[in-house]
Amino acid sequence: MNDLATYNFAYLDEQTKRMIRRAILKAIAIPGYQVPFASREMPMPYGWGTGGVQVTASILGPGDVLKVIDQGADDTTNAVSIRAFFQKVANVAVTTRTKEATIIQTRHRIPEETLKEGQTLVYQVPIPEPLRFLEPRETETRKMHALEEYGLMHVKLYEDIARNGHIATTYAYPVKVEGRYVMDPSPTPKFDNPKMHMSEALQLFGAGREKRIYAVPPYTEVVSLDFEDHPFEIQKFDKPCALCGAENVYLDEVVLDDKGGRMFVCSDTDHCEDRRAHGHAGHMLARPTPESQEAAE
Amino acid sequence: MSAVPLLKVNDVSKFYGSRIGCRNASFELYPGEVLAIVGESGSGKTTLLSCLSTRLMPTSGIVEYHMRDGQYRDLARMAEAERRFLMRTDWGFVHQNPAEGLRMTVSAGANVGERLMAVGDRHYGNIRAAACDWLTRVEIDEDRIDDQPRAFSGGMRQRLQIARNLVTSPRLVFMDEPTGGLDVSVQARLLDLVRGLVHDLGLAAIIVTHDLAVARLLSHRMMVMKDGAVIEQGLTDRVLDDPREPYTQLLVSSILQV
Amino acid sequence: MATPLVVSEVAKSFTMHLRDGVRLPVVANVSFSVKAGECVVLGGPSGVGKSSILKMLYGNYGVDEGQILMEHDGRLVNLATAEPRTVLEVRRTTLGYVSQFLRVVPRVSALDIVAEPLQARGVAVEEGRERAAELLAKLNLPKELWGLPPATFSGGEQQRVNIARGFMTDHKILLLDEPTASLDAKNRAVVVEMIAEKKAQGTALIGIFHDEEVRDAVADRIIDVSEFSPRKQAA
Repeated sequence: MNDLATYNFAYLDEQTKRMIRRAILKAIAIPGYQVPFASREMPMPYGWGTGGVQVTASILGPGDVLKVIDQGADDTTNAVSIRAFFQKVANVAVTTRTKEATIIQTRHRIPEETLKEGQTLVYQVPIPEPLRFLEPRETETRKMHALEEYGLMHVKLYEDIARNGHIATTYAYPVKVEGRYVMDPSPTPKFDNPKMHMSEALQLFGAGREKRIYAVPPYTEVVSLDFEDHPFEIQKFDKPCALCGAENVYLDEVVLDDKGGRMFVCSDTDHCEDRRAHGHAGHMLARPTPESQEAAE
Repeated sequence: MSAVPLLKVNDVSKFYGSRIGCRNASFELYPGEVLAIVGESGSGKTTLLSCLSTRLMPTSGIVEYHMRDGQYRDLARMAEAERRFLMRTDWGFVHQNPAEGLRMTVSAGANVGERLMAVGDRHYGNIRAAACDWLTRVEIDEDRIDDQPRAFSGGMRQRLQIARNLVTSPRLVFMDEPTGGLDVSVQARLLDLVRGLVHDLGLAAIIVTHDLAVARLLSHRMMVMKDGAVIEQGLTDRVLDDPREPYTQLLVSSILQV
Repeated sequence: MATPLVVSEVAKSFTMHLRDGVRLPVVANVSFSVKAGECVVLGGPSGVGKSSILKMLYGNYGVDEGQILMEHDGRLVNLATAEPRTVLEVRRTTLGYVSQFLRVVPRVSALDIVAEPLQARGVAVEEGRERAAELLAKLNLPKELWGLPPATFSGGEQQRVNIARGFMTDHKILLLDEPTASLDAKNRAVVVEMIAEKKAQGTALIGIFHDEEVRDAVADRIIDVSEFSPRKQAA
């Protein structure tokens, strides 16, 4: 127990948490605006969610229920490690059920289950600056945000259409928040963009390496940028989930063999499991048969 | 010619510490007028151009611009947002090095369309049509519209830069050695193009150049600078045919005759 | 009769700073006037300052003292002191100039070079080209050349393009700097005829003609420029 006592609750010291909370409050007050903060070294490499972890650590209380997902899944390395981390340093309850969680830290997905008031979604953000790829100078991009000069964002979309005939940006699709700041929603698929709009949940974004925090408060307008003659569209899938039969959800491709066999399944594992538990079934779902039961024994 | 000046420059000086960049420049520029600023390198012509185009703040003096609403505005007292808006709508700036004025990693079409998107144009088809039109006007084949300027020759890049600047129908264009670094035949083509555009669009322009032939071909009026000061100014013909100041005479007599 | 041009006590000298500031007086006390419909020829030996006077009248040369008054747009303009933009405005509508040499503009066709002064005054492109074509035909410039830039034309061909350009407009004052220098007899006769037409229209013409035959045909009056020689006056 001695080594546990060397950690403050939720790993970060209280001063750091206060500093981060101040940044979060400012970010909530100015939706979509990137607030600089003094990002700390975390016991994990950059790119593994140091920003999200710091935000989560700063808002986490003993009564919270934490869910961590990576690309929609609760059971991948990143999700498992971060969940274990907070179990150890904060001893909080954890869950994989979207409905039950009060705080959901996510890497690159928004759960399919509509989030409710009182829930907080914490995004891990690698590159918070949406203008970065066209304008490398930080001084210039900050000025562009300050003066609301966002023509460049459309230059990027223009390039997409010119090259591909349609807006080919499929993730990290830029949005305008509350009619003011253009924001990178982190590399979530654009499929999830509409979920951000007028969401009942609080959405917080942490970029550890880039030292930025930004936020979308509940009930905030989030509009994906587009052209009049090339309106924003989300991805569509031809088939339902192969396991739970869900339609209108984001699917992952799973390769089954080396002969081209593959299937499409829900990226949100909790959603998929929940549906199966309620009796929904896709065409690839293995049904219990006498043989398989024998094999299991 | 319109009766009121587009730009009023009153006693503009710029010091870099104790060194002089330019001093006591005063003149007025009218709509449709092309002014050449000539002088050797280090004479202060680029500093003056920067002060006029708000890229630098003058140490003293006032530059006023006749806005589209008919008001004169002191450029130094304008809010930055307004100044930047002016720079990308009513003004153009053609750099000597096209790489400074272009986005080298986006297509020619997007380079031209950027200003339109910046002022709120949100119709891809219209933006592309405007870009096509402007590429044609600067003699770049329409089928190069999706190529990046990296793949363009120096002369094409410079023409693209001009198209990018003119797409919002500016009234005033600043040019810093627009033909510098181009070989002679490419220069001639560019000069002719600029001359035609300036004439057809009724643009006012301020062109910094060390090449008197450029000044002769493009400008109505010229100013000769030396050691930061304007030493002679007047009608371009007059300054070149009948130079008064020792330095101007030296400059004119130094032209290579072909 | 109207007098669109009055030159009064004009003096001009060059200071050659590159030659230790040597001051070269060119002309002094130049005074004359030209009436509408009159053709005045500047005469005298070469080097006496004929071209310099013409260039001062056009504004290419600065004027040390005196006045050059022109009637422009219903008012009197002193070209000796006028602002550059006023000079340009006068040139556009009142003051024409046929120089000895054509300043070739790259890539612009002969027809468009001739039509340009009209376009500058707001005449439609097609109408300007039609009138340009008429004049070039009159001056016997082969039709094949009209669409080409004159850079590669012969001296005489360039000269005819230049003349056509100068005669296109209805400028009230027209300056002619040896317009017939490199023309053959046939085309000289055309130019003489064109000058006569201008006179009939009431244009005031001031010219330099070395060709005596042409000079005698067009001149109403010859001003001996050696009268304005500063040395002679000092003596």
